[in-house]
Amino acid sequence: MARMATTRRVMISTAAAWLFGFLIFFPILWMGLASFKTELEAFAIPPSFLFFHWTTENYATVQERSDYLHHAMNSIIIAGGSTLIALLIAIPAAWSMAFSPTKRTKDILLWMLSTKMMPPVGVLVPIYLIYKSFGLLDSRIGLVFILCLGNLPIVIWMLFTYFKEIPRDILEAARMDGATIGRELVYVLTPMAIPGLASTLLLNLILAWNEAFWTLNLSTSSAAPLTTFIASYSSPEGLFWAKLSAASTLAIAPILVLGWFSQKQLVRGLTFGAVK
Amino acid sequence: MATRQTQFLARSLLTPAVGLLFIWMIVPLVLTIYFSTLHYSLLDPGSESFVGLENFRYFLTDPAFLASLQNTLVLVGSVLALTILLGIPLALLMDQPVIGRNFVRLMVIAPFFVMPTVSALVWKNLLMHPVSGLFAWLASLFGLTPIDWFNDVPLLAVILIVTWQWLPFATLILLTALQSLDEEQKEAAEMDGASAVSTFIYITLPHLARPITVVILIETIFLLTVFAEIFVTTGGGPGLQTTNIAFLIYSQALIQFDVGSASAGGLVAVVIANIVAFFLVRIVGRNLEA
Repeated sequence: MARMATTRRVMISTAAAWLFGFLIFFPILWMGLASFKTELEAFAIPPSFLFFHWTTENYATVQERSDYLHHAMNSIIIAGGSTLIALLIAIPAAWSMAFSPTKRTKDILLWMLSTKMMPPVGVLVPIYLIYKSFGLLDSRIGLVFILCLGNLPIVIWMLFTYFKEIPRDILEAARMDGATIGRELVYVLTPMAIPGLASTLLLNLILAWNEAFWTLNLSTSSAAPLTTFIASYSSPEGLFWAKLSAASTLAIAPILVLGWFSQKQLVRGLTFGAVK
Repeated sequence: MATRQTQFLARSLLTPAVGLLFIWMIVPLVLTIYFSTLHYSLLDPGSESFVGLENFRYFLTDPAFLASLQNTLVLVGSVLALTILLGIPLALLMDQPVIGRNFVRLMVIAPFFVMPTVSALVWKNLLMHPVSGLFAWLASLFGLTPIDWFNDVPLLAVILIVTWQWLPFATLILLTALQSLDEEQKEAAEMDGASAVSTFIYITLPHLARPITVVILIETIFLLTVFAEIFVTTGGGPGLQTTNIAFLIYSQALIQFDVGSASAGGLVAVVIANIVAFFLVRIVGRNLEA
């Protein structure tokens, strides 16, 4: 007999869960509200929670004054580019390890994982100097490259755990039926691999979008993605809370939506399959 | 069907990834080791000279190193403790029958997707500002003196921000593990008259041991190199109060332009991270066979 959840118990746990969920979400909500206030109201004490003069002028100002679109475009190019290149390199590698494993496959996988453990700050100096001498500082291509390498181990790992789950019997059955390698790829493997590919793509877009070590250290203006752009609001003359909130809301909104879609894969991707 | 041909194909598919990661791992590391033995300042180009282990002596005996090592340990330790101690009850709560659980999940996971520079600035200004922040207003409601977070307790302020970012991660992993716990086992224990507390201690907690270990190891890897949160809020200060090892190395490299010393520091950071990585790789590796 399944445990009976009494109405009272459900009420209590529901109330508690909503309360704590709301508290955790509150800073984001508060930021969203501040983005619709005037600068004076964003600063005001006591703060107004809902009954203030709602305005969208901050969003307009952010777009006009600070090249927001330019930085957003940088974020899209850097996060998207690094993820796509990482996928192009990772798909064949994960494929071959999942379908033609050798004695060394496990060692190779663990070694790849260990490269992810390298603290970026440990190699900041040489990377900075190499970038400086090749003129890659503050360039999109430089950031694409470094974020791609930084996330490559996670991409390979995620793809590997997904490919591993594709039943091999199906491949053999297709071969028995006389499918060529090409047909096998297009009609059998690709459809089964697409969910795994999609979640890998999503998680890595999120990681690259939010990456804030290399982007802060290797970009200043022309290649600066949103992470660096938002950081410029930390200077004293940038204490415009409503505009900071508007810029921040715009910067996190797309990734919040993607993140909510991919939360199940997040556990798997970030624990390298150790927790499913 | 492992013919020689497919083996060759498999190997050539693997090579680009392995090659790139190998270069990515080896070249910067070798350069870091090389630079760490040089007297090398970007302010004084052309004066590079071999100094052996002098940079390590300088870095390790610098009072800033000890201070930042201590800050790093306090930061990592506190955030780990807070995320797990808060994450377990939160995950247990969300594992209960809750109306609208999916929506609660969305709210709880959200902070993890906020870029570090945004969360740090929102906390610093909108919440923790000593005059106009929400916390100051709440304190005044209760007749308390508002805390000047970034002057009086700067490290605690950073810890709170980072905890807020990582609590969703810990909760989500623990919740995933809880959901895979066998309900029948719990029911059997209850039939035998076990109290909720002993069910938790003898059944739930042992089941959570592995996910907790994974949370600790993965968070440690990321928390050892917390950077953006410090960069945009305190800049390591006041004094050295919020300088962790990552920030110390950054400031030696890109503010003081002391390449040699920063490289020595970088290697120290690599060694610390490797100690953690050693254990994580073993746990993940064990899972790979299962």
